[in-house]
Amino acid sequence: MSSNYLDIIRPGINSTFQDKGRDHLYHIGIPFSGAMDNRNYLIANKLVNNNLDSAVIEFAYQGPHIKYSGENINFAVTGDVIFSIKKKDTEIEGKCYESYQIENGDEINIISTNKSVYGYLALGGELDLKFQWNSCSINTKANIGSNDGKKLDVGQRINLKKINSNKNIKKTNYINTKIESIRVIKGTNFDYFSEEGKKIFYEKEFTVSKLSDRMGMRLGGPKIDNIVNTNIKSEGLIKGVIQVPADGNPIIMLSDHGTIGGYPKIGVVASVDYDRLVQMSPGSKIKFKEINLSDAETLFKLYEMETQNLLSQI
Amino acid sequence: MIKNISNLGDAALYCDFGNEVNKSINSQVIKYFKTIKEKKFEGINNLTPSYNKLIISYDLKKTNFKEVKNYVENINAGDSKDINSKKLEIPVCCHENFSMDIKRLEEILKLSREKILENFLNKEYFCYMTGFIAGMPFLGDLDENMRAQRLETPRVKVPKGSVAVTEQFANIYTFESPGGWNILGNTPLDIFDSSKENKPNLINPGDTVIFKEINLDQYKNYNE
Repeated sequence: MSSNYLDIIRPGINSTFQDKGRDHLYHIGIPFSGAMDNRNYLIANKLVNNNLDSAVIEFAYQGPHIKYSGENINFAVTGDVIFSIKKKDTEIEGKCYESYQIENGDEINIISTNKSVYGYLALGGELDLKFQWNSCSINTKANIGSNDGKKLDVGQRINLKKINSNKNIKKTNYINTKIESIRVIKGTNFDYFSEEGKKIFYEKEFTVSKLSDRMGMRLGGPKIDNIVNTNIKSEGLIKGVIQVPADGNPIIMLSDHGTIGGYPKIGVVASVDYDRLVQMSPGSKIKFKEINLSDAETLFKLYEMETQNLLSQI
Repeated sequence: MIKNISNLGDAALYCDFGNEVNKSINSQVIKYFKTIKEKKFEGINNLTPSYNKLIISYDLKKTNFKEVKNYVENINAGDSKDINSKKLEIPVCCHENFSMDIKRLEEILKLSREKILENFLNKEYFCYMTGFIAGMPFLGDLDENMRAQRLETPRVKVPKGSVAVTEQFANIYTFESPGGWNILGNTPLDIFDSSKENKPNLINPGDTVIFKEINLDQYKNYNE
């Protein structure tokens, strides 16, 4: 029996264990999964002195309320998140991007994300989780990963295999930036759409619908007219692909997407904008901006350098 | 052979083998897929073969479009050995408990239940690809007179093991999921088993599948 553990008092809406995701399985129908907002995932681990590929708890909108039992341990929350730490006699408001030490009996209550979707809770140590294909990431649709592939549940206990000896408190001044528009590279079926449809795609605003989850983001707004065929022979998908089915409303493939799809691809979100895309909550307005491959590659390199820079300063 | 290579976003190659759906094109796709998979090129994350396309996604931190394209263009997959496929018999029970769309098919195809099953069972189907949901095989080709469109409104929940048809293809729902294919029966076999990490899929691209009918009692006793 582990002497360090968490009890889930309230699981939150969509709380799962996530890590860097799993590779080399698309051909059998298993998507990448992993933390949706990769940068915030990495920062969370760094703040508690974990390996960068350690498992964290990812939550959407409302996060978990947890009671901790065991030796003192550090934790940190990243994203744009409102949370509190309840100790014996006091309850303090927590700040994202700072690590805190908690002791036996303390509670962490993640109340909600603020105008964003995903947040991350990292604990300084190693959670005792099952790995499948080299990852503990939970895919709730296929029931793959740790926790039998299911979301966290009320009353559940999560053990820590070990806790970090390095308990230095860390903080960083990172601020999640919002972006004006999502940059996209022309899709392989771009010419399936009418001139008017293409114009609408780049010039009009779309609204993130409530029917969005780790699999995909559905958009509402002006319809994009197809003039060739509203279906293609099913073929592979990757995250960021924007498909437009017959109803004219775009769907963006996210980390748990189906690996094969039969709707025309109008565009693909540039990798540099993926972390910020997934944070757009229902009701948010999206505008797309065309970008070419070489600019997308350069911008991603800069984004990656910035991430490494942020991490090295923690 | 690959007719054209383009980029799908900034982190994947889109290899186009043509527009037709047939075994000969699909075998080419599978050959490329198997050759590249074995070579383990640094930075390639995933390969997704389908009827006539191969999508190769890569880690943009490690490589880029130009490098992967150059690599793929210089591969000689045409010379690779046969695609090493197996032949499988899949038991299917077409009792009315399972064959939810048989009436719909009778109307669309203008064939009797018996004729539909006779056309469908005991024939060889080729596995073009697996995916959409984990392990789901896309099998073809159905006889010309067996081709029906998808349901207009897909079901929210299709039971695990459902054997279903649409257009020239048959598939098997490896776990409960939404879906719009016409359901003919159900197999008691586990087509996808995530606890077998090395071989989770019973059916792989290039394999041949034959559906054999079992009755309800055989179905119920199958896993005992």
